[in-house]
This record gives sequence, structure tokens and C-alpha cells, in this order.
Amino acid sequence: MSSRENEKLVLDAAMMRRSIRRIAHEVLEQNQGTDRLLVVGIQTRGVNLAQRLAHCIEEIEGVKVPMGKLDITLYRDDLRHTPVQPVVRSTDLPSDITGLVVVLVDDVLFTGRTIRAALDALVDFGRPARIILAVLIDRGHRELPIRADFVCKNLPTSKNEEVVVKVIEVDGKDGVWIKPL
Amino acid sequence: MTQTMLFNRKHLLGLEELNREEIQLILDTAEPFKEISERQIKKVPVLRGKTIVNLFFEPSTRTLTSFEFAEKRLSADTINVNISQSSVVKGETLVDTARNLEAMRIDMVVIRHSSSGAPAFLAERIDSNVINAGDGWHEHPTQGLLDMLTLRDHFGKLKGLKVAIVGDVVHSRVARSDIWGLRKMGAKVGVCGPPTLIPGRIEELGVKVYPHIEDAIAEADAVNVLRIQLERMQSNTFPSLREYNNLFGVTSKRLEQAGRDVLILHPGPMNRGVEIDSDVADGLNQVILKQVTNGVAVRMAVLFLLAGGMPAAAAQAASMRDS
Repeated sequence: MSSRENEKLVLDAAMMRRSIRRIAHEVLEQNQGTDRLLVVGIQTRGVNLAQRLAHCIEEIEGVKVPMGKLDITLYRDDLRHTPVQPVVRSTDLPSDITGLVVVLVDDVLFTGRTIRAALDALVDFGRPARIILAVLIDRGHRELPIRADFVCKNLPTSKNEEVVVKVIEVDGKDGVWIKPL
Repeated sequence: MTQTMLFNRKHLLGLEELNREEIQLILDTAEPFKEISERQIKKVPVLRGKTIVNLFFEPSTRTLTSFEFAEKRLSADTINVNISQSSVVKGETLVDTARNLEAMRIDMVVIRHSSSGAPAFLAERIDSNVINAGDGWHEHPTQGLLDMLTLRDHFGKLKGLKVAIVGDVVHSRVARSDIWGLRKMGAKVGVCGPPTLIPGRIEELGVKVYPHIEDAIAEADAVNVLRIQLERMQSNTFPSLREYNNLFGVTSKRLEQAGRDVLILHPGPMNRGVEIDSDVADGLNQVILKQVTNGVAVRMAVLFLLAGGMPAAAAQAASMRDS
């Protein structure tokens, strides 16, 4: 286990709060309102971030936006290669998402494989009008042609580093750290 | 994300050899799988490319179709070998049957057989994962698991729950799996039925024997009603079906005497009017159809856990984040 000294804080709670609020404004600007929006968080911390995003949107527009949760474990491309026991969490989406504008939310965008899995999962629930991607951190090193529409912070990293995201709801505090693997 | 224990088993032969954590993992894993059967497109790609053979040497409606749904909803390719139309009729042995199928490259075998121990016997001789769908009088592990999931759904827990198993216990693989599973999860189990149908020394499994069904019901949170297995009985172990119903039938009158709601389970198929009256079977306190729905989720969880994951050695690696 790396020592705490090697951890570097790159985003603190206040910065997280401000950038999520900025994303909320950007989503509303692009969509010209809340019409047909569905905010979907990817398990696990993407769900907490999605809740905050939906909450910000509601504060800004005065309209409550529907939310969903998506677990992509069963759509991963690496189940036979991972040594960690995959934990399947809940998926909670409307039975038909056809015609909706889905705002997919995740904490870290890295190789892009999670998002690829999320897209496969979403298309089984219907034919959304659009899927747009909002992430807290984009750390580069894409292995698939996937890009985010809205990014809270771009964080260039090396492959020897790990990005750790913590949220109050799960970890007791908010913040993003970078540390050597 | 917390790292959970790796499910290390290659086969599911029974609940006797599982520990509490493993049973908990299967039940917890079954939870998110329930939702897949509620979707419009009831399919996830996780077992894509896996070939699963259902080898059922005994008749089945529920278990066979439940496994088939579970397999197909995980995108596996499934084959049902119809034993009565197979070369088993010409005398081909169990092992030869399985090895010939393996030569066509399969991944898992789900087997139901009239001989206790047949799945274990097979598991030692073939390379595929083996899942016991009921062997003789021995065990029916996925039924035990779905019973526990249904109980947990209703009561929120299994520890301390009082469950009575009523009926033909001696011939029941369901009863044995229930006993193993429930006891490991901290529930209290009682059995009740004609003395001829209660195995001698069953108390050694940590189970209370109730000679009278009224007492069994009085102390139970839930009653699992077993089918009177007409086809298995070689000798007359009770005078008549009517007498069985008179003395041991789960009737609404007997349930009312308990003075509180007792949950009713039944593995199916039911002999209405024998072990269970129709008004109980169709009443408000039964979860019989929920058991069936949960059965698909439990079997999906079992297939997923057996098919995936890596051997224990790989568990040494640090957790990976790959997004």
C-alpha cells in the first residue's frame, strides 16, 4: 500500500462542487433546458456524482430531472481476465429510454472501456435520442475511440499512476488524489 | 470499491460443503440479476460464447426451464439433451454421455439424476463445471438457495428465522439442501411429517422434529410444504392421501390457529388437496410464484459465479481500476 505522502490532492471538495455546477449549466445550455433529460450514473461513484449533477440542474432550472443507475459489470470485456471478484450492483433505468437525452455520468474516464460497456447496456433499454458523457476526471490513455462531452478536470497522468476519487456518501470525504501504483 | 472474496469453486454440488460467506455471496449476487428478467430485452452478454448442456435424467418443468432462462438471459448457448431420446436408452453410461458432449467443446453441465452423488461422480471425470439440479434424495442446491432468497426478501434476514419443513422429508433433496443452507445462515429448522417419512437421526443435523403439524406451524415464521412424492414411494408409508391431508395437510384452518401470518413456500409441483389446500396455495401468505421468479435470478448468479473469476492465485494481485 502506497504511503499517504505520495498522494497528491488534485481536486478538493470546493473545486468538485464548482465544476459539477459548471457542468450542470453546460448540459442545460446544450440541451436548451431539461426536456427529455435522463441523468444516469455508472456504479458506483458515478451514481453519487449523477445525483449531485441532477440536484444542481434542479436548483438552476427549478425542474426535477429523472435519474437512473447503471451497473456495467455484466457488459465488461475483461471479466475472464480480472483477478478481482466482480461485484454486480443494481441497475435502475426506465424500461424504455427511447427518445431521451441520456447524460451518462462517471468519475474517471481512462481507457474508455467502461463507457463502451455502458453504451452496450443502454442500447438494450431502447433508442435514446442522444447519449452525452459527463465525467469528473479525464486522465487520458484512451484505448477505444471514446470521448467525453463535459469534463470537470483534465488530468494528464502516466500509466504508473492511479487516480483515486472519493465521495462523501461512500468514503466520508470529497476529493480526487493522484498517487503512484 | 471493496474487494470481495473470490468465488473459488468449480462446481455447485450441494450446500453442505459451502460456508456462510459463499452462500451470502450467491444470495447477494442474485439481487441485481432479478432486474434483468424485468427488462424489455432480458439479456446481458456476460456468458456469451459459453456452451451449457442441461442433462436431465428426471422430469422437470420448473428447474429445467428456470436454468434454461438463466442461461439464455446471460447469452450462453444452451443444449437440452432429451435423455429419453438419447443413446442412454441404448445403454450409454453417464460418463460416456458427458465425455462425448465434452468432445464437442462445452463449458458447463447442469445435471439432474435419480442417483444421489451422480453430479459429484461426473465432476471427478469431466473438465466442465458441474451444477447439481437435483440428485436422488441428496441435494437440490439451487432450490435451497432460492428458498433462502425468498425468505430473506420477505423477512429481511435469515438469522434467527424459524422455518418448518413439512411433508415427505426422507425422500426430499429439497429438504436436505434447505436444512444445510438455513442452518449455515443461522436459521432454526424444524421438520414435520408422518414418522415413516422423517429420517431417523435427523436431529443430528441440528433440526427439531415435530410429530404434530399444529406444533410445527405454531413455532414457525415460514413453512416449506413438500410434495408427497407418489412416484418415489415404494411402499405404503401412510394409509391414504386423504388421511395424510387430515393429519398433515397445510390447511387454512391450521394456519388460522397459529394466530399470526405464517409464510408458505412450496417447491412445486403441488398436489392440491393433499399436502396443501388450494385456498392456502392461492392465498395471501404464500410466496410460491415468487420462489419461481427468484429461481431464475439465483441460477443466473450461480452460473455467473462459477463461470467467471480466476483461480485463487490470481487473487494476490492488487485491485485494478480500469475505466
